[in-house]
Amino acid sequence: MQELFALLTAHGGKARLLSGGTDLLVRMRKDPTLADGAGKATGQPLVVIDLKRVSGLDARITETDGRIRIGARAVMTDVVDNKRLRELFPALVEAARVVGSVQIRNRATLAGNLCNASPAADTAPPLLAHDATLNLASGSGSRQVPLHEFFTGPGRTVLAPGEIVASIDLPLPTVPTGGAFGRLTRRHGVDLAIVSVCCVARESGEVRFAFGAVGARPFVVTTGQGAPMGDAVKDASPISDLRASADYRQAMLAVIARRTLSAANMRLQESRGRQTAGGTRDQT
Amino acid sequence: MTVSITVNGTLRTFDVLTHHTLLQFLRDQLNLTGTKECCAEGECGACTVLLNGRAVNACLVLAVECDGEEVVTIEGLSVNGRLDAVQQAFVETGAVQCGFCIPGMIVAARYLLSSNPHPSEDEIKEGLAGNLCRCAGYSRIISAVALASRRRGPDSQGSTSVEPAEKSHE
Repeated sequence: MQELFALLTAHGGKARLLSGGTDLLVRMRKDPTLADGAGKATGQPLVVIDLKRVSGLDARITETDGRIRIGARAVMTDVVDNKRLRELFPALVEAARVVGSVQIRNRATLAGNLCNASPAADTAPPLLAHDATLNLASGSGSRQVPLHEFFTGPGRTVLAPGEIVASIDLPLPTVPTGGAFGRLTRRHGVDLAIVSVCCVARESGEVRFAFGAVGARPFVVTTGQGAPMGDAVKDASPISDLRASADYRQAMLAVIARRTLSAANMRLQESRGRQTAGGTRDQT
Repeated sequence: MTVSITVNGTLRTFDVLTHHTLLQFLRDQLNLTGTKECCAEGECGACTVLLNGRAVNACLVLAVECDGEEVVTIEGLSVNGRLDAVQQAFVETGAVQCGFCIPGMIVAARYLLSSNPHPSEDEIKEGLAGNLCRCAGYSRIISAVALASRRRGPDSQGSTSVEPAEKSHE
């Protein structure tokens, strides 16, 4: 890790981190002098730093201290195949399963999907709705940042120069919880979202929606069961682009939100059933 | 930079340019031209190879990233000149039209069957969603994968290929 931070310091703005490469290599091919996430060209050749063999960064998905920790090197396929994530965070698995194609999912990392900070990043809404926290590391130490404070705009995050995402933490649900992910695309597979939604419903009656592709960054809204859908989606500020018009996005957002709410409520029921069947489960 | 990559079971040590992709390394330095270059941005799947057993787009992997890793290309599927079960099924089903996408299709199908030996039609479509066929010969491609899957039998691992193939590379 120290070697990595030294390289990042030495090369500054010219350094680009390579993990899965499914975004970086495509962007570099279009412009070898490219570019930060926001697409600003550097005008000079890049120094690419491969994260794959950095000791301290791994692909492990582990469960400790009331949370699941996902290492920076974990790829989408690792997320999709993980038993505990499937059980506890099906919305995240649903989102990871629709990123790109099989070939992309075998390479693209969850951490990389967040660091690129695309407003349409599929995995951002479920991580936001489930209160994910990022563990950031740099030469001067480490810090934790809640995901909802991480994105600052398209391609922009709060990552400081020389700082990386080392892992992602998901707090384990302490009460029955149901989550679901939904999105609208132009074709069935291998497409970016027109709108994407994750809904998480909790036993307490709390309902959270996280939205993607309808603003400068993915964002989360907390409401309750029975709250008007219009309130939940009022902060959306979609743009028109080649995938859809702003009006269509705004209209479809409420539709997809309703669908994910009903799927989340069904899972909330199942989650209640599991807790009852499992007898007294520790809920401290 | 010098890298050592196990390609189709043989350790190959080469000097590679750091900005060259695995695809360029395979085609231009090893002359393994079965793996095709098409979109070169991870959309079409023509360059699909197995990297440590997982299907990836060789155009989105740098050769230097593969140092010490294991790569299997379309040339590595046949054994002693006998086609692998998926290749054989593609031949028998007439799934090959112009043929350009087929190496990628077959490698992606092999990966699908290795993780899900008996996929439904929808699962086959999803498994091959990253592979485009410009001839639009999808229905026979899907039939071929289904045939290869059926021939695996309920639990068997083995290949059931029978026809001798053209002499394989190398």
